[in-house]
Amino acid sequence: MLRLQKLTKTYRTGDQALKEIDLEVGKGQVLALIGPSGAGKSTLIRCVNRLVQPTSGAVWLEDTDLTKLGSGALRRARREMGMIFQEYALVERLTVMENVLSGRLGYVGFWRSFLRWYPQSDIDEAFRLLDRVGLLHMADKRADELSGGQRQRVGICRALIQDPKLLLVDEPTASLDPKTSRQIMRLITELCRERRLAAIINIHDVALAQMFVPRVVGLRFGEIVYDGLPTGLTPEKLTDIYGEEDWEATIKKVEDEDEVEVEAAE
Amino acid sequence: MSHRELEDMLGKGWRKPPFVSNPKLRWSLILGFVAYLVAAFMTIEVDWGRVYVGLDRGWAFILAFTSPDFTSRASDIWDGLLESIVMTVAASVVGILISIPIGLGAARNIAPLPIYLVCRGIVAVSRALQEIIVAILLVAIFGFGPLAGFLTLSFATIGFLSKLLAEDIEAMDKVQAEAIKASGARWLQWINYGVQPQVMPRLVGLSMYRIDINFRESAILGLVGAGGIGATLNTAFDRYEYDTAAAILILIIGIVMSLEYLSGIIRAKVQ
Amino acid sequence: MPVLEKENAQTWRRRTTGENLFRWFGWLIGVAIFVVCWQRISEATTWFFVWDAPRIAGDIWTRATPPRWEYITQLGRPIWDTLNIATLGTLIAICLAVPVAFMAARNTTPSVLFIRPVALLVIVSSRSINSLIWALLLIAIIGPGVFAGVIAIAIRSIGFCAKLLYEAIEEIDHTQVEAISATGASRWQVMAYGIVPQILPAFAGIAVFRWDINIRESTVLGLVGAGGIGLQLSASLNVLAWPQVSLILLVILAAVMISEWVSAKVRGAII
Repeated sequence: MLRLQKLTKTYRTGDQALKEIDLEVGKGQVLALIGPSGAGKSTLIRCVNRLVQPTSGAVWLEDTDLTKLGSGALRRARREMGMIFQEYALVERLTVMENVLSGRLGYVGFWRSFLRWYPQSDIDEAFRLLDRVGLLHMADKRADELSGGQRQRVGICRALIQDPKLLLVDEPTASLDPKTSRQIMRLITELCRERRLAAIINIHDVALAQMFVPRVVGLRFGEIVYDGLPTGLTPEKLTDIYGEEDWEATIKKVEDEDEVEVEAAE
Repeated sequence: MSHRELEDMLGKGWRKPPFVSNPKLRWSLILGFVAYLVAAFMTIEVDWGRVYVGLDRGWAFILAFTSPDFTSRASDIWDGLLESIVMTVAASVVGILISIPIGLGAARNIAPLPIYLVCRGIVAVSRALQEIIVAILLVAIFGFGPLAGFLTLSFATIGFLSKLLAEDIEAMDKVQAEAIKASGARWLQWINYGVQPQVMPRLVGLSMYRIDINFRESAILGLVGAGGIGATLNTAFDRYEYDTAAAILILIIGIVMSLEYLSGIIRAKVQ
Repeated sequence: MPVLEKENAQTWRRRTTGENLFRWFGWLIGVAIFVVCWQRISEATTWFFVWDAPRIAGDIWTRATPPRWEYITQLGRPIWDTLNIATLGTLIAICLAVPVAFMAARNTTPSVLFIRPVALLVIVSSRSINSLIWALLLIAIIGPGVFAGVIAIAIRSIGFCAKLLYEAIEEIDHTQVEAISATGASRWQVMAYGIVPQILPAFAGIAVFRWDINIRESTVLGLVGAGGIGLQLSASLNVLAWPQVSLILLVILAAVMISEWVSAKVRGAII
């Protein structure tokens, strides 16, 4: 469904963030993108919806090459791709409800959105989504009154109300505590399953990725160095991705912790 | 959350919660404001015929900017400008020097209460009086000429700078100052080592900003006879010599721009 | 660098000898400039009047007290006009300042090369020139009256508001804007949802702050004929009616204090 062909991004400073990336994501497939900081994870997902302009290569979303689109067509294409951000990126001075409804901006005209006159179906959907993530009672709170985990759930609602085919998730748990991180990851993967959404999740926490995601792609210096099952992430592979480190202990410890966590949750 | 709540909310409209939640208060605020606007517009008498005639003159003035006349009144412009600059420099120096002790005195955390009240009083008086009004009174007392302008600008500088300096001192980091005090420093040493380093960059920045303001103000003091370029400008307008007026305005804008540029450089240096 | 070897002992100095010399030289030049400026002011001053000043000041004081209280009945309309000049001028200014600010801010300007410099020029021109000068100019163009005052205040305030506003726009959190763009929002929607909510508090603060300043400025616009209470002040000064002058000054003082209080309250409520 999403296919990257020789996607390359060279910044004006001369740093080559992505080197001819080829990647395919099938319908409903959730994929975790791991790698050290600066490996190009953020650049990759921003190149997909062109918040960052790729230097060369193609991004095929179904039958359209996103890199060739003009601004109007790009906006229509962006509606198909929901994005979830690292620092939530909610508009802090707007209410939760406005933040969720802002996901519909691509579908409503300027004046309707300016006057907050959204179609009833959008409003119902916003209520349903807020209910699904357990924030219905917060609908009229201002976004900056929420805790980190709550904000990220609002961010998820905003992405889902777009009715996307693909979710682009940029470090969803980077500023959250471990417990909330797991809840958020679980929520994202559950929602993807419910709605048969494909997703690319940037994540630096290998353990979290292994716990929730069926396919892991490792990125290093703008190149794909691993693509496969989470169970295939052996210490050697991790060394390929992140460089030398004593992985044995890390993996083991994290896995043990997971068992406990899962048992406790159930 | 309970599904009952969701069921209740589905199908209902949603409006953004209003900024003022009390509807009576909200509507009376809106209505009051609209009523005020209507009343204000009704009482402004605009002679549209006169405005229409004036449009030509306005256009002539805008055109004058393309061909400003620096030469035919060169000596008047030069004298006025020099006087403005002289007043600005002298008043800024004196004003800054006086406002430092007053600023220290007006900071509650380093001055005793009686001194604090006196200094705050001076600041309040200086800030409440418009420069131009002070200039009128000083011209009445000291006669026409740049002395009145110089005194006006110095007085205004004191109010501006002392207040901001005092606020800065009150907001400074107490721990650093306490550390100096703990070393057994005298009051002046304490000010010099504990307070001055913290507020110096901002004092320099504010002083530069005030020099900028003083120059701009010095351009109008001439209107009431307190010296500077204002008198020349006023004459130019009275005689409808738009090209000369345009030349003066361009000079003022140019000097203000270069002062701003200069203060940007100096502020970057001291920080 | 500051630790010097001297007679086999290390001594510590804050600056090297060269730096010290340079600093002293700088101070010397500064003092010399100030002395020259002072001399010019002194030359242009009739010192006889200055020595006489205390007597004149006392004389004015005895004439001006007590203020002519019954004159206040004639000040109602001028005060209303003053309020209108400030309020309407501020409203017009903020309407015009918003587009200018968006064109001047680096992250929202349509073109960094062409439109931004124009917007910056508008800002600096409007800011450099005092509202009294704008009033003089407008009176020459559209004739004296409240209308000229409103426009003068508006023109002077555009630069001020636009400058503070575009600085606020440049400081917004970019990820929020990115998030709105990622939903497929159009350019205007990104502005309405991503940028405007972030700058709204700054915007309201700037507007109220400028309104407060404009009340002060509009009290003196009448001196050049642009309406408001300054007209009465100027008329009273011309006939040397000092008891009226003192009453008008008291009224202006009260107006300034009230507006400062209102503006502080409103800003406190918004932020």
